[in-house]
Amino acid sequence: MSTAVALRESYDLAVIGAGPAGLAAAAKAARLGVDTVLLDEQSSPGGQIYRAITETPLRDRSILGADYWRGADLTASIGDSGVQYVANASVWSVSRECEIGVSIGNVARIIRARRAILATGAMERPFPIPGWTLPGVMTAGAAQILLKSSGLVARNRVVLAGTGPLLWLIAAQYLRAGAEIAALLDTTPRENWREALPHLPAFLASSYFRKGLGLLREVRVRVPVIRDVQSLRAIGDDRVREVAYRTRDGAERRMPVDHLFLHQGVAPNINLANSIGCGHSWSETQLCFVPVVDEWGESTVEGIAISGDGAGIGGAEAAAQRGFLAGLDAACRLGRIDRTRRDREATANRQALRRAERGRAFLDLLYRPRISDRIPEGATLACRCEEVTAQQISDTVALGCTGPNQMKSFLRCGMGPCQGRLCGLTVTELIARARGVSPGEVGYYRLRPPIKPITLEELAGLPKTDAAVKAVVRG
Amino acid sequence: MSESPRNDYDVAIVGGGLVGAAIAWGLAGLGQGVVVLDEGDVAYRASRGNFALVWVQSKGLGMPQYASWTKRSSDGWSAFAAELLEGTGLDVAFERPGGFQLALSERELESRAGTLKRLHNQRDMVEYPYEILDHAEIERMLPDIGPEVVGGSYCPLDGHCNSLRLLRALHVGMNRRGTRYLPNHRVDRIDWEGGEFRLATGSGQIRAGKLVLAAGNGNAKLAPMVGLKAPVRPQRGQIVVSERVRPFLRYPVVTVRQTDEGSVLMGDSLEEVGFDDTAGLPVAAAIADRAVRMFPLLRRVNVVRTWAALRVMTADGFPIYGQSEDCPGAFLATCHSGVTLAANHALVLAPMLAAGKLASELDVFSVRRFDVPTSS
Amino acid sequence: MLSIDGEPVTASQTDSVAAALLASGRVSCRTTAVSGAARAPYCMMGVCFDCLVTIDGEGNRQACLVRVREGMRVETQQGKREAGR
Repeated sequence: MSTAVALRESYDLAVIGAGPAGLAAAAKAARLGVDTVLLDEQSSPGGQIYRAITETPLRDRSILGADYWRGADLTASIGDSGVQYVANASVWSVSRECEIGVSIGNVARIIRARRAILATGAMERPFPIPGWTLPGVMTAGAAQILLKSSGLVARNRVVLAGTGPLLWLIAAQYLRAGAEIAALLDTTPRENWREALPHLPAFLASSYFRKGLGLLREVRVRVPVIRDVQSLRAIGDDRVREVAYRTRDGAERRMPVDHLFLHQGVAPNINLANSIGCGHSWSETQLCFVPVVDEWGESTVEGIAISGDGAGIGGAEAAAQRGFLAGLDAACRLGRIDRTRRDREATANRQALRRAERGRAFLDLLYRPRISDRIPEGATLACRCEEVTAQQISDTVALGCTGPNQMKSFLRCGMGPCQGRLCGLTVTELIARARGVSPGEVGYYRLRPPIKPITLEELAGLPKTDAAVKAVVRG
Repeated sequence: MSESPRNDYDVAIVGGGLVGAAIAWGLAGLGQGVVVLDEGDVAYRASRGNFALVWVQSKGLGMPQYASWTKRSSDGWSAFAAELLEGTGLDVAFERPGGFQLALSERELESRAGTLKRLHNQRDMVEYPYEILDHAEIERMLPDIGPEVVGGSYCPLDGHCNSLRLLRALHVGMNRRGTRYLPNHRVDRIDWEGGEFRLATGSGQIRAGKLVLAAGNGNAKLAPMVGLKAPVRPQRGQIVVSERVRPFLRYPVVTVRQTDEGSVLMGDSLEEVGFDDTAGLPVAAAIADRAVRMFPLLRRVNVVRTWAALRVMTADGFPIYGQSEDCPGAFLATCHSGVTLAANHALVLAPMLAAGKLASELDVFSVRRFDVPTSS
Repeated sequence: MLSIDGEPVTASQTDSVAAALLASGRVSCRTTAVSGAARAPYCMMGVCFDCLVTIDGEGNRQACLVRVREGMRVETQQGKREAGR
């Protein structure tokens, strides 16, 4: 495991994030002779989707399933590729000139690279239901991480709620691990079928169909599934004790719960790209902001490429292929291979990428979360960190506040330590709906480094120029 | 918000920041029909980049009248905050416990003492107390200062507020008093015709009997359109913000203060970089370094945000209040200290604007002071 | 073996502090600085900042990003962190 001391001053290429895209990009570039460092926030590679793949305590491979274990090859490929892999490295800043602020063991350093590939992946969409901040309410991804990293499953009454393939995957993994699930509350809007139907043929021809069907069957046989669920509420005092919901017939039902796992899709984690000034655009299909990148992953900022789910949700296999493409392009731009060779070697990756993306349109449209699940009302918290309610935001739009940055300065939403990761999409959509314009027009928080916490001591220890000191120390 | 604009405003104010909103709130309280025009979500907005100080200590070297104007605002701030609270329910957390400027070297301390001595020796300088204190004396009031603090200056008239809540309160307040607020209405041109002002924005024309330019750095371009001049330039200031911590710092220090919410603000910088409002790490590092040397207990506290804003600097650092002769009814209000002067802007300046004439006590702030003298 | 609020807790080597906390049967790890509401780990991947605990005397550490260590002292938090701790 490298420390800040072992980290060198500069590299050709810095890859940030060790999920499938980061692993693929780093290994590819390094094999082509690029001096590459791979900076991983976690203590072992795999990102979120292949979390703990090198050290999970789960000995029974069938619990997590074949798709998970496919990631083992990727993580192994780092070993002899020449990549300098650095674990426990928190990247809190990347400048337009590829100066990277990174902390390891509470020591902050600036390292330089000629190019950077951001592969920071995705995170769960916010699911702002009443009571979503109660202890005992977590994301489905959190449940999966506990299972992968620690072999832990929740005991007592477990309810899964939301929409999307991950919900079914974690349900199946839980069952295989010997846990019980009291219910799966499916919030997939019935109307989505209409939009998704034209894409059904491609889905049926894809690998998602067989796998998905298998998961559905596996879960349905053991878990009561309630469909067309709306108006989810987590109810409790110092912890969640009940979950309430409505079905199509309108009646509210409640069930006791000890652990409520929520999920309604994932969205790119854009904070780092945003803080660099990379351009983003709103995706109406995936209901999130997506970095603007070319076919190799190059962003609107020269020298910064973005790869994997962080550049647009596509799943692990697509992320790996995009990573390979970004690695190839980096090697080309750094002069290790010429364009002809780059394009030739990319052919196989592009084919694999197309295969991996087949069927996703159907999934994206089928599992598109309902607007009432995305946009809270009244006293429901939109911003968890600063405890700002949906009503406060609506009231402030009525006052003339037109965007998230003004909203932030009026109400403090987005000013907490999560820096908008759990409220940004909600606040943007809340404002958009109140104003009757598109979220793309409303925009997003404007972020600045550090995009991960560093201590004042660490910041104070960074290099200061004479001009900087002069600007600060004044009589 | 996007209805067709009216033509019958008494006053149009360009700029919805601390200066514009304070004036609007004041004018609306006097019964004037006010419209405030503002830009969009991502605009330069000096009002989001201040340190929230209501500060008297060092103001007015070179213009003693500015010290008087400042003290007056500071003395009126409590009543101003109370009126805002009553009208909006929002407490802007104004406190005036006195404030410090701390020195981390003998040279800094000497320089500081010299500056304040020169300041108070000026003719026509308003009198108020201040002290130069050594480390031990400061430690009695600020028990957490570090050993590198050599000493500093203290003035009992200094204070601070929650400036973001102040801006919000002014907006809520002006709204409740009937002010029309038009965001996304950047003013491109202003014409004066037939005794009224016509403002061309991207979203239509606004007409008003009087005009107040309170657009910060935007004033430079707008002022000449109505026979005024606004020699202002952007000056980047950076701030480092920490996570919330339990209260430990009751007194504001000019470069380190703890907000009513618990976060610690550290600053600041003065950088001449044109319109570049990106935050830079070397400056943030310099700010953090001084802050932890002043208060070592902050060392392991986390930074949650750095911030850079383009503040407004007039040619000599002092406010400009002007009224146009070519276009009677057009006024200009611009300054660096929009927080400190908010009370004056709302309660002293606004009545003058309502009456249509700046009082002679503000002559010293007129832009004519920048004119080159024609006689030698 | 680590301690949480003074009580000994066993954990396995690959556990994060958050995992160890949840596995010990505890439901919440702190109360917020804004309203005093109880919070617990939510995302387990370092983005939500709800799993903040004090580790070996240092406050506001993200429990899901810190691996357990023999002898580690973990404390749940009430409200704001104390500067210097």
